Amino acid sequence: MSDLAQLYQSVILDHNRNPRNFRALDEANGRADGYNPLCGDKVTVWVKLDGDQIADVSFQGEGCALSTASASLMTTAIKGKSLAEVEQLYGLFHELVTGELGPEVPRERLGKLTVFSGVAEFPSRVKCASMAWHALQSAIKASSRETELKP
Amino acid sequence: MPATTVVQANPLVPALDVARVRGDFPILASRVHGRPLVYLDNAATSQKPTAVLEALSRFYTGDNANIHRGVHQLSERATDGYEAARKRIQRFLGAESPEEIVFVRGTTDAVNLVAQAFARPRLCPGDEILVTVMEHHSNFVPWQLVAEQTGAIFKVAPVDGSGDLDLERFSQLLTSRTRIVALTHVSNALGTVNPVRRIAELTHQAGAVVVLDAAQSIPHTRVDVQALGCDFLACSGHKMLGPTGIGVLYGRRELLESMPPYQVGGGMIERVTAARTTFAPPPGRFEAGTPPIAQAIGLAAAADYLEDLGMDTVEAYENRLVQLALEQLGATPGVRLVGTPRERMAVVSFTIDGAHPHDVATILDQEGIAVRAGHHCTQPLMDHLGLTGTVRASFSFYNLPEDVHALVRGIARVREVFG
Repeated sequence: MSDLAQLYQSVILDHNRNPRNFRALDEANGRADGYNPLCGDKVTVWVKLDGDQIADVSFQGEGCALSTASASLMTTAIKGKSLAEVEQLYGLFHELVTGELGPEVPRERLGKLTVFSGVAEFPSRVKCASMAWHALQSAIKASSRETELKP
Repeated sequence: MPATTVVQANPLVPALDVARVRGDFPILASRVHGRPLVYLDNAATSQKPTAVLEALSRFYTGDNANIHRGVHQLSERATDGYEAARKRIQRFLGAESPEEIVFVRGTTDAVNLVAQAFARPRLCPGDEILVTVMEHHSNFVPWQLVAEQTGAIFKVAPVDGSGDLDLERFSQLLTSRTRIVALTHVSNALGTVNPVRRIAELTHQAGAVVVLDAAQSIPHTRVDVQALGCDFLACSGHKMLGPTGIGVLYGRRELLESMPPYQVGGGMIERVTAARTTFAPPPGRFEAGTPPIAQAIGLAAAADYLEDLGMDTVEAYENRLVQLALEQLGATPGVRLVGTPRERMAVVSFTIDGAHPHDVATILDQEGIAVRAGHHCTQPLMDHLGLTGTVRASFSFYNLPEDVHALVRGIARVREVFG
């Protein structure tokens, strides 16, 4: 597969055209905006935490195919997972897109997120793939704060 | 590469021998991702001809020393070279005297200098600064900041649906309280050419001064500060075949003389005592510290190169190339041209249905084609147009009609991936 075909795999193109969980989440208890000042892309991520679990997650935004597909696939990958699992998955995803994983990609742990392996060949696009994940972390923090405020 | 000469419309303007010219730019022979480089990011920075590279190398190899204070031979040669570069740029810009040419780091530095050393001490609460919505952030944010610092009012003139400055709205926004009008000669995002002479007339009638951002016009057309009627002009060396790290601020002599220093330090003083320091006259007053000596000399070589080609020849050739790009892109399915200004220079902005500009740029890069994608440091303009960004192809006289064809083929590739 050429670098380009590796980057724009059909799963990515599909999630770009038909992003999943692309909506505002009314019952969310955490929300955060991500913004890339270099290109002007933006994303908003909503999470509904149930204790330690991601009960629901959604996003909206405007961005390139990589940032849109990354946000979409992120929401499908983390729904129902615990915060510790999400943290682990993000660590793995980050190593994948920055090329730190090397050729031995643990597909069983990354699941569909494996389709982002091509990003490592395009260092200028790592930010696109990571933006939603950064926003997710902020949204989770915001959610924890909100929960603490409630007695 | 076949020798291609674009037929000139005006028989009085000598035709450009583009094959010969391309031989002067070693980088144009390189390959990217295994393909011949198609460099269409000239509005970001231009490539450098051998003449400029050799001028830099000659200076560092044979003449390198610090300027002004040395009495030794090398310092004298360096000083002569630096001051000769100032005279060269004075002639290139049609300024009245070399004292009106201040060497700075680039356009951004020049605009900040005018904002802080000219505008800030003068502006009173309620005074007005007028810019246009098509300004690059570097000719927008410095004015916003100085307005906050002084209580002046920051006003933004809109563009119309074609991407032309709305001259009627501009005239209404220009009042007896306007002190400064800051605008770009050519839009880096759309290629729009502003009617600078007319704007300068209106501005002077209102009793204000014109600060012209010429970063995008200098490499493409003859710019004469006196003919245009601008009071200040800012430009960058690296966009006009010169090195990075050097730019030019032109200022009318009496304005520069009336200004306090921007930065202080060595090289710009007359006399320093513990009680008091007096400052050198312009341009030295605004060149604190060791200036970019080699870069100034390289910039002078770039001016020589451009004038040897002839700015009329450059402009005529580039206009034909841009026309070709507009025709070809306009006829390409899925391409939407952004901006249809009355007069345009060197820049074509567009979007592609169903494909984000960044994805377009990545795919084009795989074909060896360098373009820029995004907001082009003109977020107010993008907001005004309701866009998050565009793909921008920007041309130079060393580009070929084949480069336009390569771009069109690259866009077909984008449509294959995102179709």
